Amino acid sequence: MTAPVYNFAYLDEQTKRMIRRAILKAIAIPGYQVPFASREMPMPYGWGTGGVQVTASILGPDDVLKVIDQGSDDTTNAVSIRKFFSKTASVRTTTATNEATVIQTRHRIPETPLTEHQVLVYQVPIPEPLRFLEPRETETRRMHALSEYGLMHVKLYEDIARHGHIATTYAYPVKVAERYVMDPSPIPKFDNPKLSDCPALQLFGAGREKRIYAIPPYTKVVSLDFEDHPFEPYRHDAQCELCGATDSYLDEVITDDAGNRMFVCSDTDYCDKRRAAMDGGQQATATMGHGP
Amino acid sequence: MYVAVKGGERAIENAHALLADLRRGDRSVPELTLDQIEQQLALGVDRVMAEGSLYDRELAALAIKQARGDLIEAVFLLRAYRTTLPRFGVSEPMDTGAMAIRRRISAAFKDLPGGQVLGPTFDYTHRLLDHDLAQGGEVPEAPTAPGEIASFRSVAELLANGGLIEEEAPGEGEVGDLTREPLSFPANRDLRLQNLARGDEGFLLALAYSTQRGYGRNHPFAGEIRYGEVEVEFFAEEVGFAIPLGAVALTECQSINQFTGSATQAPRFTRGYGLTFGQSERKAMAMALVDRALRARELGEETVAPAQDEEFVLSHSDNVQATGFVEHLKLPHYVDFQSELGLLRKLRAEFFARDAADQDEAAMQDAAE
Repeated sequence: MTAPVYNFAYLDEQTKRMIRRAILKAIAIPGYQVPFASREMPMPYGWGTGGVQVTASILGPDDVLKVIDQGSDDTTNAVSIRKFFSKTASVRTTTATNEATVIQTRHRIPETPLTEHQVLVYQVPIPEPLRFLEPRETETRRMHALSEYGLMHVKLYEDIARHGHIATTYAYPVKVAERYVMDPSPIPKFDNPKLSDCPALQLFGAGREKRIYAIPPYTKVVSLDFEDHPFEPYRHDAQCELCGATDSYLDEVITDDAGNRMFVCSDTDYCDKRRAAMDGGQQATATMGHGP
Repeated sequence: MYVAVKGGERAIENAHALLADLRRGDRSVPELTLDQIEQQLALGVDRVMAEGSLYDRELAALAIKQARGDLIEAVFLLRAYRTTLPRFGVSEPMDTGAMAIRRRISAAFKDLPGGQVLGPTFDYTHRLLDHDLAQGGEVPEAPTAPGEIASFRSVAELLANGGLIEEEAPGEGEVGDLTREPLSFPANRDLRLQNLARGDEGFLLALAYSTQRGYGRNHPFAGEIRYGEVEVEFFAEEVGFAIPLGAVALTECQSINQFTGSATQAPRFTRGYGLTFGQSERKAMAMALVDRALRARELGEETVAPAQDEEFVLSHSDNVQATGFVEHLKLPHYVDFQSELGLLRKLRAEFFARDAADQDEAAMQDAAE
């Protein structure tokens, strides 16, 4: 048995060409879900196979790759995907948002504003924003074709009638370029405003569901709402206990058995940079670190 | 403590080292060889090849060894490897009528041309644990007799002569491939069969079983089940004819099902079809039953049961997809969970505030009265 030899970034060139075509189509029709012949990857479905295939298809030898999961470069899946590309594509990797040319993400948009020289690749579990209202793909494709989004508005309205709020806190649906309703992947709705008018190209890959979609740079993205119930981004009542940030998304960490909690930035690079800028002396809890 | 929740490269490496250690297990026990797996766990190898859609016994055996006997994990390893292989083309249609038969039975006819060939099967064995097997020991060679005829016509073919069963003509155009084109609905039968052939044996078994219990009942008979080797041929443009590439072991099941007919069609039998790599009669039969159930739309039958629902069946049959997505819940979700936690606290605070206000109001009214 001979040991397999893998192509640059794992996928063969024919497959990359097929995926690039899907990406180009996705960019041409912002927010539209383009079917593509997703391949089986060496990591499980639901763990970022769509994002990995998109990244593999756009990555060049000079790219600098950052991979985050839940905002962090150091969570298990981010480590695993970063290693995969260092191994199969030998690209330079980084944890610094501003140094990366390609950022693959799961569930967050970095706090540091992105630039025109960057591509943000999202891992998407369920690309269809209407899926939980209508399980059939044949139906949802027709609804998109006809811009028939009444069902979604009814759902949001029912939330308000029942709870007084729209009870969707992540994967909050958006309308892209005034046409397609799109699932922004399970990012917290805190991140939704960053989707709009973003200088970076945003690509979304769903491997198991075999769909790619895109938000081209500087595209208008609107979170769905009502005139009398406007979209409200999630606000924390706390600040980061490590860097003192009041403008970042915070993870809640339970610190002991008594249920005491602290809040820290979900975006580890943002938090580390802020703490470095504070000359090391000003931290609220100097002994806490973000790990190796 | 905060460090601990953030994974960390070293922790991952250590986890992998521990896995490799446990895979090997007690070092005083001899290590499994791929030959042993391929020979003595042959049906596991067959299943991994079928659902991994890659016919290579050695690689399947390696996958089983690497996966510590977890067959779905082994299927996953084969599928991921399959992604990296270049595709040269599509073979000529295989002629299962020319199969070198190892086993062939029909439940529809007591006897038929070629006869009933029982071959290697668990059927008719008593399922008593065999303690002699635990000891090991020499097993005598099984007696064999030379086969009489080279080609066995299928039972469905025999019935077709009298018009009792639907004719099946070769399809027009190129055969679909859901690994190269994403599946869309409604899907044609070629794609449905491909999906089922790659599908999870347990899932298909349960669906097939449900049709027998009344959820989309279609009265099946095991028209014929055959297992053996079939030649694979590939048409080479350069030489201008089909060249044999070798033989693969296949199990084929043709089910015969009732059809009451319609205003325009006379009553006749219809067919369900199952085909898998290796010897897997359970999978081939389940596939045939589900294939027939999925033809409800084409045959104008009422579609009411899960097994007749094409989108439902085809979207959930793949165990690599299913296991990935179910198990992805192990990945951190604390960003989403945090959002839900925040909303829940807000809703609860509002609930209790409202409750308190109501009580105040009630108390004021009491005081006023």
